[in-house]
Amino acid sequence: MARFLAPEAFSAATEDLSLLPFNLERTGTSQYLVSNMVGDFIRLTEGELNRLVDLQIQPGDGLYEKAYAAHLVTGTNQKAQRQLLAARLRSRMGFLQQVTPLHIFVVTLRCEHSCPYCQVSRQSTDRSRFDMSEETAMRALDIAFASPATRIKIEFQGGEPLLNFPMIKAIVAAAKARSGKKVDFVIASNLALLDDVVLEFCKANNILLSTSLDGPADLHNKNRPRPGGNSHELAVAGIRRAREVLGSDRVGALMTTTEASLDRVDDIIDEYLQQGLDGIFLRPLSPFGFAIKTKQFAKYDAQKWLGFYERGLRRVLDINRQGTPFREFYAALLLTRMLSDRPIGYVDLRSPAGAGLGALVYNYDGSVFASDEGRMLAETGDNAFRLGHVDQDSYNSLILSDKLIGAISSSLTQCAPECSTCVYESHCGADPVYHHATQGDALGIKPLSAFCARQKGIMGLLLDILENSPEDAAILRRWAAS
Amino acid sequence: MTLPLYGTASHSAGFCSDKARSVVRLRAVESSAERHAADFALARTSVEVLRAIEANWPSIFVVSDGSIDLPSTFDGRLVAVPLKYNYLGDGDVLGFDHSSKKFRTLFRRNSAHNSFLITERCNNYCLMCSQPPKDVDDRWILSEIKESLPLIDPATRALTFTGGETLSDCEDFIAVLTECRDRLPTTAIQVLTNGRAFANSEIVDAWKAIGHPNLMAAIPVYASVDHVHDHVVQAKGAFDETVLGILKLKDRGQRVEIRVVLHALTAPIIEETGRWIARNLPFVDHVALMGLENTGFAIANDAMLWMDPMDYSDGLAKAVDYLSAAGVNVSVYNLPKCVLPKSVWPHAVQSISDWKNGFVDECNRCDEKNNCSGFFTTGRPRFSRGVRAISSPHHEFDSRGLASTASGE
Ligand code: SF4
Ligand code: SF4
Repeated sequence: MARFLAPEAFSAATEDLSLLPFNLERTGTSQYLVSNMVGDFIRLTEGELNRLVDLQIQPGDGLYEKAYAAHLVTGTNQKAQRQLLAARLRSRMGFLQQVTPLHIFVVTLRCEHSCPYCQVSRQSTDRSRFDMSEETAMRALDIAFASPATRIKIEFQGGEPLLNFPMIKAIVAAAKARSGKKVDFVIASNLALLDDVVLEFCKANNILLSTSLDGPADLHNKNRPRPGGNSHELAVAGIRRAREVLGSDRVGALMTTTEASLDRVDDIIDEYLQQGLDGIFLRPLSPFGFAIKTKQFAKYDAQKWLGFYERGLRRVLDINRQGTPFREFYAALLLTRMLSDRPIGYVDLRSPAGAGLGALVYNYDGSVFASDEGRMLAETGDNAFRLGHVDQDSYNSLILSDKLIGAISSSLTQCAPECSTCVYESHCGADPVYHHATQGDALGIKPLSAFCARQKGIMGLLLDILENSPEDAAILRRWAAS
Repeated sequence: MTLPLYGTASHSAGFCSDKARSVVRLRAVESSAERHAADFALARTSVEVLRAIEANWPSIFVVSDGSIDLPSTFDGRLVAVPLKYNYLGDGDVLGFDHSSKKFRTLFRRNSAHNSFLITERCNNYCLMCSQPPKDVDDRWILSEIKESLPLIDPATRALTFTGGETLSDCEDFIAVLTECRDRLPTTAIQVLTNGRAFANSEIVDAWKAIGHPNLMAAIPVYASVDHVHDHVVQAKGAFDETVLGILKLKDRGQRVEIRVVLHALTAPIIEETGRWIARNLPFVDHVALMGLENTGFAIANDAMLWMDPMDYSDGLAKAVDYLSAAGVNVSVYNLPKCVLPKSVWPHAVQSISDWKNGFVDECNRCDEKNNCSGFFTTGRPRFSRGVRAISSPHHEFDSRGLASTASGE
């Protein structure tokens, strides 16, 4: 039995060490947050970091074990560490295999609401000017079916898409008649025009409804003026009816954040709870279209919004601790990226960016955009993300257009200044449309970017909860698990 | 209790001398199944022996301590073994060595725990190995297994191949697995291997080409750090090859189980190991966290390896938590309920093979005995200080009444 060797005999295998790529950020006096190539975080002191970088570490000293388990070092001749990183990176980037899974059809620009922040809609009864024609719709469908994704989602938007319900019906029927792809449908509507005919149609065709709910009645109605001032009442009634007829998981709600929302996050969340919804997406105010024109966007900055977000997230955690499962969906997306390698192709959280590669938007008049925000920019005269027109273009000519390739290749976080060395890069995303809109440049200067400030703020907050509040951390982990 | 799986026949006759060994399958005397050359009528009394002869059985296997009188007219093959092998039954398969009269039970049809030892050779030398490696030419074992496969009931639910390192003679072993695909396509086949051979892509390709619909490679990973694993398995570079092997198997869509044996070198870091597996290898099909079987090298290294499960149960619970939160199917093997935190109970499995499974006196008072792994009876069993009969909640309700139960936990 003397043939057994002592632990020291096996450190020899790793005498010859190499560093693996990692990013870092100073988080306090001599404290560092470090992330490996796939975004696993560990904390190191300055002393530890220096020893690591100089490879002054050895098996048994604790730091070696920490760095090895976190894939910061490898034996120079070893392969498994690098292969693990490669396999995980491949999984994380798996969303790239489904190219253009989302197709947005703007079936009309008309709307009976007149929301001050709305980026695009028109109060008009002129159908011929602002509705999508059947010819345009069928051309757009050709393009959608030419995309490589095997399963696509067709989302109807407006304006208020139900104002052109006949075209929705025509597109659904035509899409179902085609073969080769599985198709899911969503109608994004304020539900004011929801009636039994529409509900029956949704039920028969398994269509999801997505609506707007900005909070309690006074806030919602202030955000969303319409004749009669009853937007909230109609939305809530619509949600209830839709849940009854279609099932509770077949209707979702999105909120728009305005300055008036910023002090009311608890009320907003309570409203969502009260309507029986299973979570909320605490969104920033978008800087596009009329929102910029009306100076809404400038009214509050990222820090103010982060305060709103943190208060909201803590309220949501409270609700969970009291026994009601309820999610904040943006945190859930980020946590899935931070705690797993499942491929998340959410448009704002990916690099290469989701513009075009994740979604195409077919406007009522046949012009095609790389994203919904790109269409809103065009309303203010900026055609940077107008890729072409259904009459002249094919799927390939749109996706391979210089505009799209330029925007995507110039905004990659993997090689952008600031992003490429950012400790959060693995979980963040390129948002060329946002940075073009706010800075006139698809890449943007990240220290000046509110998008960047929000990303850093939210991920820092999530990490803090994961590390320091065990009970809340368990809730957050559940969100990432499914 | 421990079933005796090998022994020496008290008597044998009629075996030809041009072969050193035979594979023997037992059949009930009145069995109407098609007879194979390897089939022996299983008789326990003189009456049964006579009935077997009447039924024209050319080969007879007797389990009895008494003397069996055979008519002088019988000139077929005969094996007699003592009564302590009375567990043997219809459909069981044995290997029998002609000159030494030694036999080993290879397959028990009524057991859920059948395993074939492939070889005693291994390129690891684990500190706690229950089957200490020997550097001998034992390739005859593989031939014996090849001979046995056609005799195994195709309805068998599960079969394990173990070693030594099962992939020591890779080509021959893969041929055996290929035969399993053809003969036992519905049987769950589990292969215990240290996984190092799979660092070689050609071997992984050959493994994939077997195409058995229910084949699993069960591979040990003892730590998230190379030198800790290498020390446990006493082989430099093993961690790198093993992890690489797992990745290559999964890359080709093969089923993989990770096994972590818990002892004083691996149990104190099990939380970290569990988190590491959850983060890096969540795509494996199963993770088994296993209590130590105190036999083989584990006895020699007892001072280095023994750790009371009570002292690592917190870390174990956290590891189980990390793994299940990541969607990994995780089980805990070989650890009795009473030493495990309640959160781990749903993962605790009655994993100890029936032939070496036992309980202690305390267990007779325990409400969980029927769901408990109990203990190994092999080697030199060690018992946790935490072994304590458990009273289930409704039991407390009976003895203490409603009020005390309501205020209890
Ligand atoms: S946008 Fe900001 S947070 Fe995101 S990767 Fe770039 S620098 Fe990091
Ligand atoms: S007392 Fe015995 S039967 Fe009960 S949990 Fe412990 S080991 Fe199992």
